Amino acid sequence: MTDIVATPSPLGFRRVDVTSATARARIRARYRKEARFKAYGIGALLLTTVFLVILIADILHRGLPAFWHHSLVLDVPVDRELVAPGGKADAATIRNADYFPLTRAALEVAIPGIKNRNAQKQLTRLLSSSAADDLRDRLLENPNLIGTTVKTKLLLAADADLYFKDKPTTIMTREMRGTATPNATAGEVTVLTSANDFADEIVFIKQRLARRADRLTAEADRLSLFAGESVAGRVKELRVEAEALRKRAEIPKVEESLDNRMPSLLVAINGGLIKITKLSDVSATGDTLLPLRSSAEAKPGTWKLVTYETPESNRKVSDQEIAFLERFRELGVAERSFNWRFLTAGDSRDPELAGIRGALVGSALTLFITLILCLPIGVMAAIYLEEFAPQNRWTDLIEVNINNLAAVPSIVFGLLGLAVFLNFFGLPRSAPLVGGITLALLVLPTIIIAARAALKAVPPSIKEAALGVGASHQQAIFHHVLPLAMPGVMTGAIIGMAHALGETAPLLMIGMIAFIVDVPHGFTDAATVLPVQIYLWSDLPEAAFKAKTAAAIIVLLMFLFLMNGTAIWLRKKFERRW
Amino acid sequence: MDAMVDVHSQSGLAIDKPKVVARDVNVYYGDKRALNDVSVVVPDRGVMSFIGPSGCGKSTFLRCINRMNDTIPSCRVTGKISIDSQDIYDPSLDVVQLRARVGMVFQKPNPFPKSIFENVAYGPRIHGLCHSKADLEEVVQHSLEKAGLWKEVRDRIADSGTGLSGGQQQRLCIARAIAVNPEVILMDEPCSALDPIATARIEELIDELRQNYCIIIVTHSMQQAARVSQRTAFFHLGNLVEEGNTADIFTNPKEKRTQDYITGRFG
Repeated sequence: MTDIVATPSPLGFRRVDVTSATARARIRARYRKEARFKAYGIGALLLTTVFLVILIADILHRGLPAFWHHSLVLDVPVDRELVAPGGKADAATIRNADYFPLTRAALEVAIPGIKNRNAQKQLTRLLSSSAADDLRDRLLENPNLIGTTVKTKLLLAADADLYFKDKPTTIMTREMRGTATPNATAGEVTVLTSANDFADEIVFIKQRLARRADRLTAEADRLSLFAGESVAGRVKELRVEAEALRKRAEIPKVEESLDNRMPSLLVAINGGLIKITKLSDVSATGDTLLPLRSSAEAKPGTWKLVTYETPESNRKVSDQEIAFLERFRELGVAERSFNWRFLTAGDSRDPELAGIRGALVGSALTLFITLILCLPIGVMAAIYLEEFAPQNRWTDLIEVNINNLAAVPSIVFGLLGLAVFLNFFGLPRSAPLVGGITLALLVLPTIIIAARAALKAVPPSIKEAALGVGASHQQAIFHHVLPLAMPGVMTGAIIGMAHALGETAPLLMIGMIAFIVDVPHGFTDAATVLPVQIYLWSDLPEAAFKAKTAAAIIVLLMFLFLMNGTAIWLRKKFERRW
Repeated sequence: MDAMVDVHSQSGLAIDKPKVVARDVNVYYGDKRALNDVSVVVPDRGVMSFIGPSGCGKSTFLRCINRMNDTIPSCRVTGKISIDSQDIYDPSLDVVQLRARVGMVFQKPNPFPKSIFENVAYGPRIHGLCHSKADLEEVVQHSLEKAGLWKEVRDRIADSGTGLSGGQQQRLCIARAIAVNPEVILMDEPCSALDPIATARIEELIDELRQNYCIIIVTHSMQQAARVSQRTAFFHLGNLVEEGNTADIFTNPKEKRTQDYITGRFG
């Protein structure tokens, strides 16, 4: 052979020249091309990874806090007359008793001396409407506790819970130099100090006023760009307001008042908290948020000025609520625990009570119906089309249509389900049964296509071998081809199911979007599914539902990972070499 | 026995016990004609080899004998093939029963991806040949012994058949074929994927099996045809060119094309 290469070819073929400059350049270009291609591939991979990581990190960041909630661990005096009036301590009485007075009493014990009606209301509203559930369960378990004082967990309402998870304002404290004298312990209190402790605050307030004036002027300038009657009035208003603010900022007045568009300044003195409304260099006047123990003199360093950086008008929790919650934190009664309710409860209008269980069970029931319908039908259809169907125009037509069905928008299947299953067959609305059938229609083409591909991938020699020893066509398929195709069929089925799990649109059409509190118990109960639950929650205005939405997405993704993991495991388990 | 007499007069050869008799067999793949009026007589208890260049139709003809071509939708067979004077293309004949009587070994070893035992036991099981587990085990052992594989695999009978070497796999396929006790065994280039040692083992095995079976082997190796077969048929371009005793074909071919092929002038 080497001889042939060495001698000039008689046919005139040209030899590959490997030493010339052009050849080397060509090789370099080829290497560059390969390196570039590889770089593109790695780049694409990195980009997807980055997006995926960002997505997952964002969801986790938003959603994980929803898996924990805060409650207050308080001593609740269980009044016999309130829980079991007339000594009737049977389960029904205990269950139906009004626990609100008990929890209110417990709060009053924890933070005594709140006389203001509004403040009292704010205090009780920190607790969830189902705060006493834990207490009730314990009393049901052990009625002997009635009449005693029970240390129990009281669930916080969503906004209070959110406060502990993500503080809406920075809180700064500063120790004061002078000796302070409050003139009362509750109501409107004026604190006089021996030093000019509040001078810095006055300066700070003036700065803030000036900044606000600048902002208003800027806003007025922006608006004045749009000529128009309606805008002109607003511009004028803004300018007047800005002017007033600027004047206030410039006049070196010794006294200044605060409103809820300014950071909140509070005086913590003698175990109480006063929200300042008016202050001068040496005095501060305001309403007590937490009552003072006494009106005795406070020595330098024992009293503090507290600042809530974010203006009250810019946050959901009021100064009063922050005062209560911070007090609970100082008392050490606020406790963080895993939010089992999220996994065990159905939906609710109260964010702190809403759980995913109803949607989870709904999804499971729906997917069960989908699976038992579309797996056998899909696999049988695939076997028939792949192995038994005669090759003619009809089978071609069916094949084309199956492929087309796989591409039909899912909402169309929802309309079909509405028209056929609900309106024609009169099946129950919002039921997993109908959802499952509708999703089965959606998934069927996917499974048929996957199963056919899997059947086609089995080497024909296996079928021939079976036929060769006298197996019938059907025996050859069911004994040999189908078991070998099974991993592929399973993978296709589970990917189809994962698709069905994430499907929302068709289920909206058949009424699975209803607000359903109860966890469904059967295939005909009204239910909703995970993606629809996510959709519903994402639409709600309460801040706490944002975290719930993300948490539900986490649950859905876990489900998906689990299903895809199962698919991979099944494939590995049943994979055979041939 | 009319057919037999016919064939005798046609080929001019006397065969004591014809097993497979084919007359004027034509095979079409769609519009393409793959075999032209092939007539062959295969004797019982012996080896007949089909030789010829690639694409000459010898495999196609082999697959007609157990109607394996039925699985190809576009394939159409005319003419008459009979085994023991029974027309195998008779509509009343069950093709599955036919394949139990006519076993087949393929070019590429194709054991089922199951245990060695299951590979051999599959045939007897689906045909209901064994009624007890012990019976089945005996059939499996016997088949493996006849295929010369028993000694090598007796300790790993539950291991996967695909874990064996190529030659062992092919012998396993032969064991699988003879487990249902067929009358005819078709072998489609059984040694083309094997090394010379494995090939020699298979050839020995074929030589032993011919005592009990009618074997038809398609081969590209003329040495192999000369070694294992008593009768040889030479195919070329879909025609049966010459058929006769192997010794005659290789030493004294009647046709020029046969001579050219066996002397390596084409093919």
